[in-house]
Amino acid sequence: MKFQPRQAFAGNTSYQLLPLRFRRLPWDRERVFVSSMSGEWLITSHDDLTRVVEGQIVPDEALFAELQAKHLLMADQKRSTLAPILSQYRTRKSYLEHGPSLHIFVVSLRCHHTCAYCQVSRQPQANSGYDMPANASLKAVERLFEWPSKTLTVEFQGGEPLLHFGRIRALVEAIEKRNKYENRDIQFVIASTLHDLTDEQLAFMKGHRFQLSTSLDGPEWLHNANRPRPERDSYRRTLEGIERGRKVLGEHAVSALTTLTKRSLEAPEAIVEEYKKQGFHSIFLRPLSPYGFALKTANRNGYPIEDFLRFYAAALDHILAMNRSGYVMEEIYAGLLLSQLLSPFSHGYVDLRSPTGAGLGAVVYDYDGKVYPSDEARMLAAMGDHSFVLGHVDQPISEWLNSPAMAQILQAGVAEALPTCADCAYVSMCGADPVDHYARQHDVIGHRPSSDFCRKQMGMFDHLLERWDKSSLIEKRILESWALRVASRAPQAEAA
Amino acid sequence: MRPLECKIQSSGWDSPQQFKVAGLADFASGHYHLERMLLDLRSHDAALASDNFRSLPWAGFLVEHPKDAPPGRPWLSLDVVGTSVGQGDVLEIQPRISKAALRYRRGGNGNVLFATERCNSYCVMCSQPPRQVEDDWRVAQLCSLTELIDKDEISLAISGGEPTLLGTGLNRVIETCAKTLPDTAIHVLSNGRRFADADYARTFIDLHPSLSWGVPLYGSHYGLHDYVVQSAGAFAETMRGLYALNAARQRIEIRVVLLRPVVEELKRLSEYLYRNLPFVEHIALMGLEPTGFARAHHKDVWMDPKDMAPVLLDSVEYLARRGLNVSLYNLPLCALPQSLWPYAKRSISDWKQRYLPACQTCSVRNKCAGVFAWVTAEWTSRAISPIKEGMEA
Repeated sequence: MKFQPRQAFAGNTSYQLLPLRFRRLPWDRERVFVSSMSGEWLITSHDDLTRVVEGQIVPDEALFAELQAKHLLMADQKRSTLAPILSQYRTRKSYLEHGPSLHIFVVSLRCHHTCAYCQVSRQPQANSGYDMPANASLKAVERLFEWPSKTLTVEFQGGEPLLHFGRIRALVEAIEKRNKYENRDIQFVIASTLHDLTDEQLAFMKGHRFQLSTSLDGPEWLHNANRPRPERDSYRRTLEGIERGRKVLGEHAVSALTTLTKRSLEAPEAIVEEYKKQGFHSIFLRPLSPYGFALKTANRNGYPIEDFLRFYAAALDHILAMNRSGYVMEEIYAGLLLSQLLSPFSHGYVDLRSPTGAGLGAVVYDYDGKVYPSDEARMLAAMGDHSFVLGHVDQPISEWLNSPAMAQILQAGVAEALPTCADCAYVSMCGADPVDHYARQHDVIGHRPSSDFCRKQMGMFDHLLERWDKSSLIEKRILESWALRVASRAPQAEAA
Repeated sequence: MRPLECKIQSSGWDSPQQFKVAGLADFASGHYHLERMLLDLRSHDAALASDNFRSLPWAGFLVEHPKDAPPGRPWLSLDVVGTSVGQGDVLEIQPRISKAALRYRRGGNGNVLFATERCNSYCVMCSQPPRQVEDDWRVAQLCSLTELIDKDEISLAISGGEPTLLGTGLNRVIETCAKTLPDTAIHVLSNGRRFADADYARTFIDLHPSLSWGVPLYGSHYGLHDYVVQSAGAFAETMRGLYALNAARQRIEIRVVLLRPVVEELKRLSEYLYRNLPFVEHIALMGLEPTGFARAHHKDVWMDPKDMAPVLLDSVEYLARRGLNVSLYNLPLCALPQSLWPYAKRSISDWKQRYLPACQTCSVRNKCAGVFAWVTAEWTSRAISPIKEGMEA
């Protein structure tokens, strides 16, 4: 047998394009971002893309091999395989495999704050008619174990859930009792202001692997302005709660979220600095949701998404500078989006999935026994719109999944099939949010050119990609480390 | 150096046989049939010398002189090359041509079950050029051999040729290992092409408690891979095969031989591995073995490891940062940047590994892979020079 030169294995070099999408770079109109259906991508010149589409590039060009390796084109069909695309797609969407793993229990709507932007439509402290009663909570536990997921995150929310801690205690005990033979991997989380956190509560949490998730909006003046209490002491009380929580549960058991009001947008550096001052190594910068009280006070607290993006860019500059100077600080939202750009994996975040995470990744058990596919759906109901009630904890989950609400969500729940999204170069890394579009545009499918969700996502992707494109190696390593951390936590596809 | 073959004298056999060279401990272990052991009388150990002990039904006796054997019993003596054969080793004797070959060496790090000479690829750098011969008889021979291998052997490779060309015969060998050597890691070196048939891949589910596959991939597209293995369509088959193996819950290692054209595209291949095969448990980037077909293609395949340094650094760091387990095989430390030393393994099997004269004064010699025994000047890195004490970090 004679050996053949490399050219002999080129095969049939007239090629065909595989499904691809592209976007001109807003900061460099001569170049384009090109992505495959499973989220591989490259940046090349618009001229080269034109040649690619017109069938003019040849195997000798490095671009030809790169396009092949990234499954953007296929040369000789007999010698190529699409198996990698299938595997990548399955890996990307692996959050679908086991059903909802985030289960939110609203144990009480009562709260001691009167935040103008509250997403939750809270009730005054003394009003125990808004507490989750025992029978509904036990039914909810039964439903919880009807879901197939091996890992469950049980998050207690309010209102202020600490105001109804007895219910939390009873729920945890019921869940753990049942889990003795279910053997699920269960993580408990409590989303709370952490005010009035008692030693007794903390001791209970320590015994049951709790994570604390609180809100810290920035420095004292900002936090107190955002979170009014008659005593004007919300900031001090939250810090005390963080401190006490860390002492008992450990540094890593306490995390904080930032709610960004119009006021916050003036203070990107101060907010980031506050997180450093309090010893946090991650921050989650997310804009206001248009629900709950937030919708009624939109003029006072709301802002155009462009203002948020400007704020975000300034905050990210500051965060990167902080990392370069040696203090590790991760921006969670950037990490999520970058993980979709830089890794083949999916993520655990329910608000950025396609098919949507509403009902497929998360379920909310409200204080009155009603069940929703997401927090946003619950807030719509609190404002009088019951379009997205999946059902009641008395019913089996199969009835929730067969509900008209779920059908409505699913028909608009796949980004790849939504108008405008279908042609977007970022779609394989993005998500669908039918409830958000319904809330803002009164239509689950929605209209992308005027959608704040879309503007935010496009703005963020453009911004992060531009940074990636222009950044130094050191900065790339920082951004990459956020993405890889998300990727390493991702549920991996069991089998390709 | 070479797997040991030597001339023998023998009496009492006329067909090929496999025997375990046995001492007192092997007898006492009770693991092996007496009828398959050669009692080693070369040591003149008094304990072995008693008449009662010798009169047990041994297959025969390994002796220095024919007169040392009990009268009328089969015996074997080895020429001077054979003095390295020790107790625990397995010999295959061919009495008609007066030869013996070492099939297993106790304590060796490169024991191989040689599955077949046939291959469905024809790699430009193949170190073990294939032959199209009918050698299915090896299946029975290997199954029989595994019965004589030490039960506490850490690892065995199954290699060829292409072992999957044995079809279900390979399953038989592995199944036998599961019975005879359940604690031994079995690593099959295969090009993975036959697993494009996912049904075949599924036949290996749960076959052995510690089974893994080493599958080579040379490029991120068919043009390069098919050229290296000299087989149109091989890339597609191997990729489909890798997914089928993963679906069949098999553990997979990717082996990349560092030929010049492969190194030139190594970064892209690394990205391809992360994006497409993130489930593999190990990636070995391997220096070339300068024997077989490689020798005829020096110009096409050789690249001095010294010149690979930038791309190796880039690729290894890329993979390691992503949590992929990556190693460098067959590359001497002096040819590598020090930051890559932790990835460099002493990977060359002991029987074919050596050091060069320059290595004599090297302070990291005992951590270094060294070179293949048959290396010549044109296959030697210009970077070879002793690392002085204190130069290493």
